[in-house]
Amino acid sequence: MADVNRGNRPLSPHLTIYRPQLTSITSILTRITGNALLISSLLVVWWFLAAASSPEYFAIANGVLTSWFGDIAMTLSLWGLWYHSLAGVRHLIWDQGVGLDLETAYKLGYAVIGGSFLLTLLTIAVI
Amino acid sequence: MSYLTDRKRASGMGSAKTGTEHHWSMTISSGALLLLIPLFVFTFGPMLGASYEEVTTYFARPFPAVVAGLTIIVTFKHFAGGVQALIEDYVHGVAQKIAIAVMTYLSYAAMAVGLYAVVRLAL
Repeated sequence: MADVNRGNRPLSPHLTIYRPQLTSITSILTRITGNALLISSLLVVWWFLAAASSPEYFAIANGVLTSWFGDIAMTLSLWGLWYHSLAGVRHLIWDQGVGLDLETAYKLGYAVIGGSFLLTLLTIAVI
Repeated sequence: MSYLTDRKRASGMGSAKTGTEHHWSMTISSGALLLLIPLFVFTFGPMLGASYEEVTTYFARPFPAVVAGLTIIVTFKHFAGGVQALIEDYVHGVAQKIAIAVMTYLSYAAMAVGLYAVVRLAL
């Protein structure tokens, strides 16, 4: 509602005034990972389309996704995918009205960060 | 300094009335993705970088094909809802409507292309 005249009222301090905290960083990372995953999602759809089209087209898409650029993009996406999944679980827990106190929120935050790296390494090891 | 704003400015600006539905739809799709994503990662993952023959044979099997198809549907549905919330927070006015429309169309287009490819591989 940026176009609405809100009058000459005092405004609450904005984002930039606050010190970054685990809770705020893990929150914004959920949004960033979720939306950034569009890039790899489209790459994967393209890979499927190529595989369904012809061996030549598949060689191109498969080549891009397994090139150094593809490896970096897919590895980052894998971490983003696990991070977003675990952060999503945290939201599902919070939606039940539990774990909202600061201490539990911090514990869950560390679990999400640690778990995302652990799952990424595990996935790379298995695949 | 005026601490109170006109009542008129607030009237009719209340609940959008569809927020609960949006939240519930994200909850449902996230629950489905909690199962689908691990299944997809460990079926699609080994195929990434495999040969054309391996890939076409593998996705002709029912389980990998159904997992891929379901993951594509739910992922892009979930993405369309998530990106809408993102746009609503940071973009306003006409640009907001256009951005939401474009991202919604993109989501469903990607879903359709992905499904077409998986069905063609499967059959």
